Parts: sequence; C-alpha cells; structure tokens
Amino acid sequence: MSTRLSKGGRLIDRAAPQEFSFNGKTMRGLAGDTLAAALLANDQMLLGRSFKYHRPRGLVAAGPEEPNAIVGLGRDGRFEPNQRVTTTELFDGLEAASQNHWPSLEFDVGVINNTLARFLPGGFYYKTFMWPRAAWKHVFEPIIRRSAGLGKAPTMRDADRYEYTYSFCDVLILGGGIAGLQAALVAGSSGARVMLLEQSAHWGGRAPVDGDVIEGKPAEVWINSAVQSLAAMDNVTMRLRTMGAGVYDHGYVLAEEKIADTTPGDGRPKHRLWRIRAAQIVTATGAIERPLSFAGNDIPGVMLAGSVRDYVVNYAVSPGDRTVVVTNNDDAYRTAIALVQAGLSVPCIIDARAVVTGDLPAKARAMGIRVEAGKAIAKVKGGKRVTGVSLCVQAGEGAVLEEISCDAVAMSGGWSPVVHLWSHCGGKLIWDKTHAHFRPDASRPPTGADGLAMVVVVGNANGAMTAAETLVCGAKGGAAAAMAAGFKAEAVSAVAEASPEADMEAVWIMPQGAGPALKAKMWLDYQNDVKVSDVQLAAREGYTSVEHTKRYTTLGMATDQGKLSNINGLAVLADALHEEIPQVGTTTFRPPYAPVTLGALAGESRGEIFQPLRKTPMHAWHEKNHAYFEPVGLWRRPYTFPRPGENHEQAVHREVLNTRSNLGLLDASTLGKIIVKGPDAGRFLDMLYTGVMSTLPIGKCRYGLMCSEQGFLSDDGVVARIDEDTWLCHTTSGGADRIHAWMEDWLQCEWWDWQVYTANVTEQLAQVAVVGPNARKVLEKLGGMDVSKETLPFMQWADGTLGGFPARIYRISFSGELSYEVAVPASKGLAFWEALHAAGAEFGAMVYGTEALHIMRAEKGFIMIGDETDGTIIPQDLNLGWAISKKKADFLGKRGQERTYLASPDRWKLAGFETLDGSVIQDGAYIPSAGKNANGQGNTQGRVTSTYYSPTLKKGIAMGLIKGGLERIGDVVEFTTITGGVVKARVVDPVFYDKDGEKNNV
Amino acid sequence: MSDAVSAQIVGAQIVGAQIVSALGHASFDGFAKVREIGPVGMISLRTKSDLPGLAAAIKAAVGMGVPAQRQIKIAGDKAAGWMSPDEYLLLLPYGETDAALAAIAEALRGQHHLAVTLSDARAVFRVEGAKADQVLAKLSPVDFAALGPKELRRTRAAQVAAAFWKDGDGFTVVCFRSVAGYMMGLLNHSATKGSEIS
Repeated sequence: MSTRLSKGGRLIDRAAPQEFSFNGKTMRGLAGDTLAAALLANDQMLLGRSFKYHRPRGLVAAGPEEPNAIVGLGRDGRFEPNQRVTTTELFDGLEAASQNHWPSLEFDVGVINNTLARFLPGGFYYKTFMWPRAAWKHVFEPIIRRSAGLGKAPTMRDADRYEYTYSFCDVLILGGGIAGLQAALVAGSSGARVMLLEQSAHWGGRAPVDGDVIEGKPAEVWINSAVQSLAAMDNVTMRLRTMGAGVYDHGYVLAEEKIADTTPGDGRPKHRLWRIRAAQIVTATGAIERPLSFAGNDIPGVMLAGSVRDYVVNYAVSPGDRTVVVTNNDDAYRTAIALVQAGLSVPCIIDARAVVTGDLPAKARAMGIRVEAGKAIAKVKGGKRVTGVSLCVQAGEGAVLEEISCDAVAMSGGWSPVVHLWSHCGGKLIWDKTHAHFRPDASRPPTGADGLAMVVVVGNANGAMTAAETLVCGAKGGAAAAMAAGFKAEAVSAVAEASPEADMEAVWIMPQGAGPALKAKMWLDYQNDVKVSDVQLAAREGYTSVEHTKRYTTLGMATDQGKLSNINGLAVLADALHEEIPQVGTTTFRPPYAPVTLGALAGESRGEIFQPLRKTPMHAWHEKNHAYFEPVGLWRRPYTFPRPGENHEQAVHREVLNTRSNLGLLDASTLGKIIVKGPDAGRFLDMLYTGVMSTLPIGKCRYGLMCSEQGFLSDDGVVARIDEDTWLCHTTSGGADRIHAWMEDWLQCEWWDWQVYTANVTEQLAQVAVVGPNARKVLEKLGGMDVSKETLPFMQWADGTLGGFPARIYRISFSGELSYEVAVPASKGLAFWEALHAAGAEFGAMVYGTEALHIMRAEKGFIMIGDETDGTIIPQDLNLGWAISKKKADFLGKRGQERTYLASPDRWKLAGFETLDGSVIQDGAYIPSAGKNANGQGNTQGRVTSTYYSPTLKKGIAMGLIKGGLERIGDVVEFTTITGGVVKARVVDPVFYDKDGEKNNV
Repeated sequence: MSDAVSAQIVGAQIVGAQIVSALGHASFDGFAKVREIGPVGMISLRTKSDLPGLAAAIKAAVGMGVPAQRQIKIAGDKAAGWMSPDEYLLLLPYGETDAALAAIAEALRGQHHLAVTLSDARAVFRVEGAKADQVLAKLSPVDFAALGPKELRRTRAAQVAAAFWKDGDGFTVVCFRSVAGYMMGLLNHSATKGSEIS
C-alpha cells in the first residue's frame, strides 16, 4: 500500500494538516502536498478509469505529464473537470471526484469493454460504424457520446473572475529549474529586462530530488541563493505557478498564472493570462520520463521511476512497501537508492541492459539491492493494484523466469526533453541516439522577423542530462539570449559535481520478442487506451504517416496530448514500418503545452463587459421607459417601448399609428455622421457616391448611395453641404465606422494627394427624429428657429438655437411624414430629448423604436441597407437608377456595374407585393418558378426582402426582388411558407402609402 | 506634473446643468482609484505637420507649441497632443472650444485643414494611485516601462479604442462616449482589490 513516511518530505509542513475529500470520503493531507501526494498518502491508488476499456487507472507521474489521475475539482460554480491531481495544490476543503466510471469507481460497468478488447482494435470506430448509414445518427452516435468523454462539462456559471496582463521583456525564461535559474542569473546580470516563469509552486525543478550537488553543496542551497539574488535584481520579474503555454510569432508568448486555486472565493482572480512580447525566449522546460512498454504497464501501482522518487523525497509518500524498479538507464537507480534510504524495500532492479556497470548501479549493489541485468518484466500481475511482476529475459519472448511479489513498479525508459515550446513556432528537432530522444536542433531554431533565432533552449530541454551540463548550458543560453537582445553578457556558470551515467539502451518493447498476447497488454497511451498492438495494426493497415496513425489510433489525442506516449508510439510505428525513428518523425506540437482554463482565455470578457455595448446619451431614458432593445452593430437600439399589457407587435403598431397621426420621437443618435472637408472634398464625394455631391448647394441635403468597387450597394444616407468646402455625410447606424475607414482608406492609399480631411463626429451629436403631422408644432413651441415650409423646405438644413439648445435641423424624412432630424451636442442630448417630450405632450408626442421606423419606411417603399441589400445587390436592382449619375466619368462601382452579369436585364428587381388575402408574407420566403435546376432543386424567380403588417393600411405589405421587377405589376405570384405551402400575392408598386408625398409637402 | 495641475485639466467644466458627462462622474475605489471626469473640451485638428500657421493656430487655441510625434504638451488646464502624422488633439475647458475654433480658423485662413469640436464624442477617466499602471496593463498592450512621461499613447483597452497619458499620480484615459460604460466596467474589473499584479 502507499502511505506517508514518518520522516522527510522537503515540500510538506507536518504541522499544517489539511482536510479534503475524494469521492465524498474525507481524507487528510499536509500543507505543501499536491493532491496526488495527499491521495497516495491515503493509499488511494485507484483514481479513475480509462477512456475506452474503463481499465482501472492510478497515478503514473508527478507532474503535468500525468495521463491517468485526472479528476473533477470543486462543485457548482467552481466545478472544474479533467484536472490533474499532480499539478493541483492541496488546500483545506478541497473536493475531488473521479471521472469516467459508472456506477462507481470500484465497480464500473464499462469495464465490459475491457473483456471485449479484442473486438475494439485501433480504428474500431471507423470500421464499425460506417454501415448502415442511418444507424450512425440514431444508434451509434448517441451511445458513443454517452460513453465517451472523461470529465463532465460544468453546468453552472463560473463563479470565479479572470484577467489578462500584457507584459514586455528582453529575455523571457520559461522554466525555473536550475537551467532556468542559471540563465536568469546571467541574463539578469547583463541588465536585460528578464521574466522567469515556473509552472510549479517551487523553484529548482528536479535537482534537489536527484541529489545534485552544486558549488559543493546540496542543490537546494544554490537554488535558494540564486532565487534570492534574482529577487534582488530590479530588472528581473519572477512568477511561480505560471506556465508558458504557447510560443507564437514575433516573440509572443502566452502564459497562465494560477493565483487563487487554493483560496477559492477570496476575491482574487482565479487565473491570469499573461500576454508577453519578448525580444528573446529561453525555454528551460526540462524533460519528461518515458514509460516502458511491458504487459500490464497500466495497472495501478506502475509509475515512472523519477515520479516515485518525487513522492518519496518531496512529500515523504511511498507508493508501495515493495517496489520493483525496471529500467534501461542509470537514472532509475536513484529511485531505488532513495526508496531504500527511506527504509522501503526494493526487491529487484530489472535492467534491460545486458551489461550494467555505471557508478549508480555500483552504489545500489553496494547497498545490497539485487540487480538483474539483461532482464525484463514479462507481465505485471494484479487488477486494481500491482501484486507482483514476472521476470524474463529482455532478449527473449517472455518466458517467465521468476515471480517477484511487489506492490509498486518504478519504470524508466529514459528521458525526453520537453521540446513543445521550442517547436510551437517552428523550431526543429534532431534524434539523439545516445539518449534515444528528440532534442532541439540549435541550428534550426524558431526565427523572428529578422530571420534570426528568437528561442534559445537550455538544460534538460536541450538534452543536457546532468546537472553539470545543465548549468553550463543554462549560462550559455542566458548569455546568448541577452546578447541577442542587445546586452553584454558573460556566461558565468555555477559548477555542479559530476555524476557520470553509463549509456542507456533504447527499449521500445519489453521483452523485445514479445508475442501478440503480451503486446495487447502493453499500453502506450493510458488515457485513450492505445496499445502497442494498435499501432502495429495501423502500420499493417497501411498507415505510414505518424500524423495519420495518431488520428487513426487516437494515440496522443487525449487531454495529456501524448506527453508520455508519443515517443514510444512513434518508435513502435518506426519498428513496424522498418524505418528509423527520425524518418518517421514526430506529430506537430501545438499550444497550449498543458490545458489552459477557458476562463483565463476569456479574461475579463464576460458578463457586463463581455463585449462593448454602445449607448446613446438617451440610453438610460430608454431603459427607464421599458425599451425592448435590439442589437444594431454594437449599439443597443430600442426596438419598441411596450406599455403594460401590450405585446411587442401591439406596441409597434401603436407607435406607427401615433407617429402618422400625431407626433413620434425617435432616438436617431446612432446614425453615422462624417464631416468631409477640403478643396477636393466635392471631387472625393463624387467618387464615393453614385450621385453628384459636388453640385449640392450650401444649405441643402441630398440622398446618396455608396457602392463597393464591384458595384454592390454598400451604404446610403443623406449628405448635407455645410459650406464651400465642407460636407456632412450621414451613414447607416451600423456603417459609420466602416464608411469612415473606407474614406480614409481611399484618401491614404489611393488618392493621397487629394486635399481632403474627414472626421467621424457620430458620437459628438445626439440626433432626434421629430416625425408626424405635429412635428412643426413642437419645434415652434420650443422656439428659436424658423422651421416653416418656406424657410426650411424639404431637403434643407439650418443651424440655430432651438429651445435654448444649439441645434442643427435637417428637414429630411424616412417615414413620409413631415419630419425633422435635430442634432444637438451629445452631452445635452438627454436634456433636449426630455424637453421635446415635455413640449410635445400636448401634441401627442410618443417615442417610437426601430421596428416602427422600419414599417413606416416600408410603407413608403424606402429601401433599408441590410434588408433590401445583402452584398449582392446593385442600386439598379432596387430601381435606384435615378440616384446614379450618368454624367460622371467615374465613381466607385461604376465599372463593376457595367459587367455583363450586373448589367443583365434578367436580374431580379425590386417590386412591392400584397397578398390576395391580406396576410403577411413570411420572412425569407421565395417565389418558386417552374422546373428544377441542375442540382434537382426547385427553380425560383424572386424572394421577399421586407415584409410587415402595415398598421396604417391594415394589411400585409412587402418588398421583394422578382425577375422582371416593376414590369410584373399586376401579376399574381406564389410565395413559399415555412410549412411547405404557398401564399398568393399580387405584384404592386412598392410605394404603398402617400405615393404623391402630400404628407411631407406641408 | 503636480496634482494641482492635473486637477485643473480634469476640473469638471460643467457649464449649465444640461450638460452631463457620459456616466455622471461615476467612480470606483480599488487598488487604484477610477473616476469618470469631464466633459473636457476637445478639438480634433487635422493638418499636415508642416502646414504654415500650424504653430500659431495651436498657440492661439491652447497656448502652447506643436507637440512632437507621440507626445502631449500639458500646461494648466490645456494640452496639445500628437495623434497621427496629420492629426492633433487639443484639450481645453469645455466652454472654450468655440473661441478656440475661431482662433484656429483665423490662423489657418486659406490653408487646408479640418478643426472640429469632439468634446461630447469622448469620455474621459482618471486612473490614480501608485499602481494605476497595473490597471491599464491588464487592458492595453502597452509597455509601461517604455512609456514616456509626456507620451500620448493611442492603443486599445480590451475591445475598444483608447488613448492615455501620464498626468500627476496616474493616467488620463480617453475613449468614445458610447462605450464609456464598457470602459468603466473594464477599469473597475482591473482595479479590483486583490488583483494587483505586484
């Protein structure tokens, strides 16, 4: 059994017990424990079930590479699925629950898949569920979806808060082991701005656990002094619990800092996402130990040798009383020695190498530990826990020589540098035969904008496998990065005691001649249940690319992204293909290095500040008056103002009728307003608009259309001539920023020598549409400006003081009624709005929203950008040829509109429609025509673009596009309905109301 | 820049009860203090930097010289900032913009330029305290160590355009009026006590 040792544990505080729960059971740990250490101390080895076969799963590792021990943490608003217990710091009150089992962890029904394993080979899903086709949707997919997935998605809103921080530095060092510390000391001394990030809660990495000696003292002493020196440097920033997640172009790095994981609800951000721009990046990310592939290597109790050592040395936790060590290298002997020194039993070290000579094996032998050279594990015995191993010859096929009883197995297949961050942005790898691993190729680094290296790799991550090499490498890398960033640096390195290790021997299958029965129990990917036999099967079935094999077998596609399985898997694949490992290559390393919380990626962007909501000066008034809002770009505009007892439709109809009979007030502040000024402004606007704006007299307004170069209608609005060289262009509400940018684009990139300046004054002004037969009365009551028909006729504007407000009044109409749009400074907008309501009360003033606006413009046959247009419509389609100048030599869109397709008489054109029964045509309805097209779909001859019930006319009205356009007036056509039926409608003139404009001519 | 001077620049130029800033001077006390101020008089002046009369125009409007690239000149309750190669931002008391526009028009008579009041198109905030820069560092990709003492930094705050400069014991932040509420939300979130970066 696993248990807490009575002595030792460099990271724990025995005076600070912590209580936590696992699957509802209360357990005790110590401050400083990871959740993994605390679970082991409570003899909780079984922690989950595998994805496919629901095999019992226990801890394998002690760091972020852990594939098995992932749990759900917390509850309700703080529930997090798929959390690694090895990177979770213990705190009092922590709640954890295992995943992927039913009904319980101990007794799991899904384990039946395990019995059926031989019917569930690699590619099983692809092979089995292809036929019959309908079964996928109705039978297979629902079942697979229910049985798949490890953690459950949270169902409640995240109770925590998150944020970003932008940061900049000269040298960013990712990893705070001795290599990273040494690099930071060198780079820091150069005067460079240095950031040093460490994913765990402690500096120094593995060196203290490995018993390294630096400057004649235990590594811990040097680490502490290095940390103190760095902390004293003003130019060095250090963050623990901050993982470099991804390296991107131009020295951009994302890192996730865990701030309040152990103090939920204390008000601090749970995580912070660092967005760092670094001149140079140093990856000091260490190495990850590889498992060995022997039968039963997934049974709980089989762990990585280095991790076993971590638990014993760091947390005083023994994974078992009797631990068999199995290895192909000297490093694992450190684990055997540490176990024996902790008073535990190591019945045997099984070493696959035929000859075992190094210093560490000698030390182990001297301690009386049995070493079996040239041997292998034939099979691990046990179900939910290791009970023993069978010994065999590595060179053979697995004939059992001896059974050794034990309750834990510490395995080591060698160490693989963590090359992820080096690789994210294009760093290449080379195969190192001595250590049987891929390591960064310094001659092919990730490069920055200048074509030079932007990442330097140091320490274990660079294949420097001893402390002495690591420190030298760290110093050199730190100096190189500082110099590349423009500083003078000297690669002064601390000196570590030499600890020579004999060469390891690559072992990809144990024993090397194992037959199919054993290989079907050799796990490569623990989380996704991929075995040696699956990869070999994929190779036999023709999957020669490592990327294809990965996807076919799902090797390395689980939440751990193959940190333990990738190298072993591709070695097996290479062997099966009779190729060398470097020829097979690796799969692509992509960010993030380890999972990053979605909340951190969202940062501050949630709730009220999920996205900017633009508000007019009158927005608060609208809220107070129960506006129902609709989004218009990032604005929220009132759709209607329902009164008690009214639905939205009734409210809209009331607003329309009141505006047509009395007085309607609309907040039109969102309309785009762009000032265009300069000697060439008229010429510029003549190019932008299809009509002529240069001839517009001062004081007058003209409606204009803007098209893209291709000729498609892009925006519309009323242009006012302010003075000799100044125009004011109104745009649609959603188009203001886009059109302003469009203007600047042409002025800056194409017509840079034209003398024109623009200014977007949209938000400077609050604008109110005063609409209806009583519009003039209310303005006259406010007083101060002559708004009579004679002084201010239709399509003119005037400046003045209206009711004490500095105002510009435009006599324009989008409703067909007598109408003024009044602009006042935004900071007086609310006051003016309230003054209008007060003055207008006696004239039946009533606010209206965008839907009433839309209905009234449709009654008048006015088009709306976004309704009648969709990016494929030219003005001619909408019978707006009158707004296109025939005289102008050029304007944006002119040549586009001359293309044969756009000039074709067959294009659908705008017309009005009235159903024969008075009903409202449905949104999106088409007008079918006879026959089928090449795809077997029914032909169409038109579609509806705007359709409403007109409260004024008491019937359904619509605009739409139809082949033939206005020539079809009088025809009866059919529109589709959503339920498959049709409704008959007559083609009519699109101006339904006041065709002669008498309402406005007053 | 002394507190007294910065207080002048922000000193709420309310002229008449009708004029309201976007958020009615909302404020928030976190690890830095956030206040919405203003309205502040602002003129956008678009000219080429070598336009004859430009120096005289800016002098006449706000009483100081032409700001250098990326810089802002501040004196009392007025300031002149460089916004782009052909745009300057002039700050002055809210009620004085009409007079300043007239002065600019006079100084640049016959010269191609565009001067327009944008006081009401903007919202202005103060973020004050020893760690005010940390509030903004969470929102804007700006290297505060490299930010000059008189630098007008145009950038973004999360999803909206923003500009700020150091002034007194903090920063003056400008954004569009319509997103003042969003900006206040961002600043409050970022200034929440306990979320100090260091």
